[in-house]
Amino acid sequence: MLGKLTWQAIPFDQPIPLLSGALVGLILAGVLIWIVMKGHLPYLWREWITSVDHKRIGVMYCLLALVMLIRGFIDALMMRSQQALAFHSGGYLPPEHYDQIFSAHGTIMIFFVAMPFVIGLMNFAVPLQLGVRDVAFPTLNSVAFWLTAAGALLVNVSLVIGEFARTGWLPFPPLSELTYSPGVGVDYYAWSLEISGVGTLLGGINIVTTILKMRAPGMSYMRMPIFCWTSLASSLLIIAAFPILTASLAMLLLDRYVGFHFFTNEAGGNAMMFMNLIWAWGHPEVYILILPAFGVFSEVVATFSHKSLFGRRSMVVATLAICILSFTVWLHHFFTMGAGGDVNGVFGIASMIIAVPTGVKIFNWLFTMYGGRIRFGSPMLWSIGFMVTFVIGGMTGVLLASPAADFQLHNSLFLVAHFHNVIIGGVLFGSFAGYAYWFPKAFGFRLDERLGKAAFWCWFVGFYVAFVPLYVLGLEGMTRRMQHYDRPEWYPWVLIAGVGALIILCGIALQVAQLWYSIRHRARLREPTGDPWDARTLEWSTASPPPAYNFAVLPTVTSEEPYWDLKHRARELGRLVTEEPHYEPLEMPRNSATGFVTAFFAVVAGFSLIWHIWWLVILSLVGAYATFVVFAWRDIHEIVIPVEEVERLDRANRAARARALEAAR
Amino acid sequence: MSRTPRWLSWLAVARTSLAASLLLAASGCELAVLSPRGPVASGDNIILLDSLAIMLVIAIPTIIATLIVGWWFRESNQRARYLPTFAYSGRLELIVWSIPALVVFFLGGVAWIGAHTLDPAQPLRSSNPPLEVEVVSLDWKWLFIYPQQHVASVNHLVAPVGVPLHLKITSASVFNVFFVPQLGSEIYSMYGMTSVLNLEADRPGDYFGLSAHFSGDGFPGMSFDVEALPAADFAAWIARAGSAGPVLDGTSYRDLLAQSANVAPYTYRSAQAGLFDSIVHGELPPGSGPALTPRPSH
Amino acid sequence: MSGALEVAGEALHSHASPVSGHGMGGPAPKRIIVGYGFWIFLLSDVVMFASFFAAYAVLFKNTAGGPSARDLFDLHNTAVQTGCLLLSTFTCGMAGLAVAERNMRWTQLMLLLTGLLGAAFLSLELHEFTGLVARGAGPTRSAFLSSFFTLVGCHGVHVTAGLLWLGTMMAQFQAKGFREDIRHRFLCFTLFWHALDIIWVGIFSLVYLVGTLPAEMLP
Repeated sequence: MLGKLTWQAIPFDQPIPLLSGALVGLILAGVLIWIVMKGHLPYLWREWITSVDHKRIGVMYCLLALVMLIRGFIDALMMRSQQALAFHSGGYLPPEHYDQIFSAHGTIMIFFVAMPFVIGLMNFAVPLQLGVRDVAFPTLNSVAFWLTAAGALLVNVSLVIGEFARTGWLPFPPLSELTYSPGVGVDYYAWSLEISGVGTLLGGINIVTTILKMRAPGMSYMRMPIFCWTSLASSLLIIAAFPILTASLAMLLLDRYVGFHFFTNEAGGNAMMFMNLIWAWGHPEVYILILPAFGVFSEVVATFSHKSLFGRRSMVVATLAICILSFTVWLHHFFTMGAGGDVNGVFGIASMIIAVPTGVKIFNWLFTMYGGRIRFGSPMLWSIGFMVTFVIGGMTGVLLASPAADFQLHNSLFLVAHFHNVIIGGVLFGSFAGYAYWFPKAFGFRLDERLGKAAFWCWFVGFYVAFVPLYVLGLEGMTRRMQHYDRPEWYPWVLIAGVGALIILCGIALQVAQLWYSIRHRARLREPTGDPWDARTLEWSTASPPPAYNFAVLPTVTSEEPYWDLKHRARELGRLVTEEPHYEPLEMPRNSATGFVTAFFAVVAGFSLIWHIWWLVILSLVGAYATFVVFAWRDIHEIVIPVEEVERLDRANRAARARALEAAR
Repeated sequence: MSRTPRWLSWLAVARTSLAASLLLAASGCELAVLSPRGPVASGDNIILLDSLAIMLVIAIPTIIATLIVGWWFRESNQRARYLPTFAYSGRLELIVWSIPALVVFFLGGVAWIGAHTLDPAQPLRSSNPPLEVEVVSLDWKWLFIYPQQHVASVNHLVAPVGVPLHLKITSASVFNVFFVPQLGSEIYSMYGMTSVLNLEADRPGDYFGLSAHFSGDGFPGMSFDVEALPAADFAAWIARAGSAGPVLDGTSYRDLLAQSANVAPYTYRSAQAGLFDSIVHGELPPGSGPALTPRPSH
Repeated sequence: MSGALEVAGEALHSHASPVSGHGMGGPAPKRIIVGYGFWIFLLSDVVMFASFFAAYAVLFKNTAGGPSARDLFDLHNTAVQTGCLLLSTFTCGMAGLAVAERNMRWTQLMLLLTGLLGAAFLSLELHEFTGLVARGAGPTRSAFLSSFFTLVGCHGVHVTAGLLWLGTMMAQFQAKGFREDIRHRFLCFTLFWHALDIIWVGIFSLVYLVGTLPAEMLP
């Protein structure tokens, strides 16, 4: 009746997952009860859960990322502490457990922290920067978010019901085949990612269509903000790469569920093919992550240097070059598989070539700062921290791109240090910069700067203390994913790395404190003008938070920095430059529960597929189809925002800005 | 004798000082990867350190420039010139694209040459004929078969100094990576396939080997000892191994297929000829996976 | 550090200018946006099929001592399948014309024919699959057969989903008439159906025709 699911799936005999699961369950239950009792549920349902507003969806993506960051980081702390204890000892985490932890750490960090973070920032900022009202497909956007959340939920459920994959964050066969991984772990992994992969793909389609077909009048491609260019490149990569992941995991699932032989050891399966397929996705994936972060840095560095971005056209060309080249390097992930000198050499050179546009970007940011008047707000600290850190990470990447060097460093902690270097230094710092930068726009009050800067320094110092020892350990010959080890020369470096993790923990604690504190003191931190950073792009011309429809009247764009140019003229004249526009009632898409309900059925379908509860699979697929039909049957797709409300909000925005102009005169 | 070009000698100086400072930084303990004990590891090292030296020429000035520019052009610095319209310079663009491109061009050449000369399958030049060793990675131990000497060992690779090892590597089950950091390159071991690796130890010593690709719960227990012995001692070891211990054939191989980890090294006094090929061609079954769960019927 | 900032309002004019090249005329009309977005989705689907094609190409020779393509494929069946699918594309196009003419009778008739032809395609495919399984050439026999069943089966799953969608569209037209948003969805459906045809052309060429070439001609 319940397939493979029995009471034994719950880890009654393992205190750590049991207690942590119970704790999380209690916290969730507590939060839910508080929400219901305080009467917040209708508000939450109406304004957030069923929202199709790109700003709300962007915020929810970022919230998902931050929550999952804590889960993924706890995994990291457990890994570091286990390795610190496991010298000539078994440590406190047996291999079956430790193997799940490092697999979950990687999976969660890539798919449920980094991806949602950058996608959330893209969702929030792109329509505002383009001067339009929403993305191309708002309801689909909601579906995309909730499917991502569904995947995250499934991964977390594996903590308390069943187990997670024990293969690492990429399930290489033959280890991931049924013979060597007979449990449900790999199934949890694969179904979570198939579900959230659909969400990611839909999100990518949305952003590309929005950028290419929906821009404010007069905004040609070259007048588009750089963050939009990088979002475009990243989303094009999503569209081109994610289907490969979907197909590869589908093949693995077919092997596991129905006895196919894509990657098995017998009947002609080819495990090397999985390597090729998964890395053909996997390498573009990291560029999907880093390109939006580059975009954030372009915006932040220009804004905080009080200067236009240097070499704008060059930056666009570099972005597109990275986009295309990212598909030509995948073999560098397995130089040691014996492809021979020619093949290895070609991919090695290709991997180095991709460093060129990246280097160009660093130099252009440097020249943007040169001759500027730099303010060191926390977004700028993250940016400078990125520039320093990413250069090191990129350098070690180029080192690894040389096959002969990689022959000794493949899969070592040197590699682990390299990719954390670029992902933390690049993607995470960029996401934090974007978070600090756009938070006032999203919520109308700033984040506390002191706590933000303290958090930055903890992250920055903590990163080096945690990962420079890993570079050394890689040179000491230590490989990754070791649950215990016996070599004495490795021990001190492992300890230092553990200390680094604790410093980063302080950073995260400060960020949590910053959020709590800023919300608590939001009245004092309120910023009424909508432009706290004296910024340059269109989103800063709206109120904070912007009205649901973003712009009362779509702006007409006549230059590369339309908002900055208008602001410049207004400052010179000491008053608003334009007259009050002619207001009209606006049509905006209606909220819809489609996303949430679809995700609900996706979770049920995924869970029942994992546990082989076939009747429930069929029921949930029927439910998903029914949701689609219900949505298709909807007659009214839009609500009308009355002209009085449009007038009121826009007049308030104009008045606030006129006041600020007066005050500055 | 031709004069070495200036920049090449500069590179050699940079390489040695880098290696020295790295070793120093590691407080006197040896970094295995940077302490080569064989020609392959030495070759890999040269490529690594050369590439590092070249990259540092770009990386260090860039980092320093970032910090200096950031500090000098801070808002409170009245002496810094504000250049609000400095957003384009053709000359700078040219330099900014050329420098990385040239460096990559150069490094690419180094990478190409290294990829060929240090390809694992590339035989080593030596006056001694190569010693054949057949390697099988199992869950979770390493089997070494010496086909010419008809003996085998588990978790203990013994090699004669100065003799190139011609390793043929396969796996009984899942992917692993054969890796002896001080002797040189890694290579994957894959079921049904033979990977070829050429290594050599150029001085006697005890080294460590491990698998560099996660292969399951017993993975950390999969290290093996590597011993490089002078020729006479190697012959003595072979003689000792061949005098006592179990026999390696199809039956005893099947016992090895069951999952076990942290296996203490031991030897087989005789190894059945052609066993390695039978494993590669699937005439012997693959590793059995976790013993508890029955395999589903397909 | 500068304090609050002065800003100008937005430009007054909201252009009702026609959409020209370079996207300078403001957001495109809904019909274009919907079609464009769906096209991009179709391209992503093509990438997914490309992965399955690649797997098929890699595993083509891995028959594990079992039957190979030449032993198994029945080109007659494939030809009839192709005919059904091509014809269904034609009827789908006719349905599109009928929708443009707002003719409910012909719309429903053409859609019904499309559905029936699609169903015929599927039943022939199912017949082929069950036949293969009965002969001991099921997908679990070898890697080659796994990749064959997956590639062709994936296309079949897409056709099935298409039929489900088709039925829903017919019901929608019946219930709500030729409303604009329903016509947009129908545009997406026709794109989908034609794309499936293109994929099928790829399949019968690369899988069935190439697979049954004499051995000397195989790459």
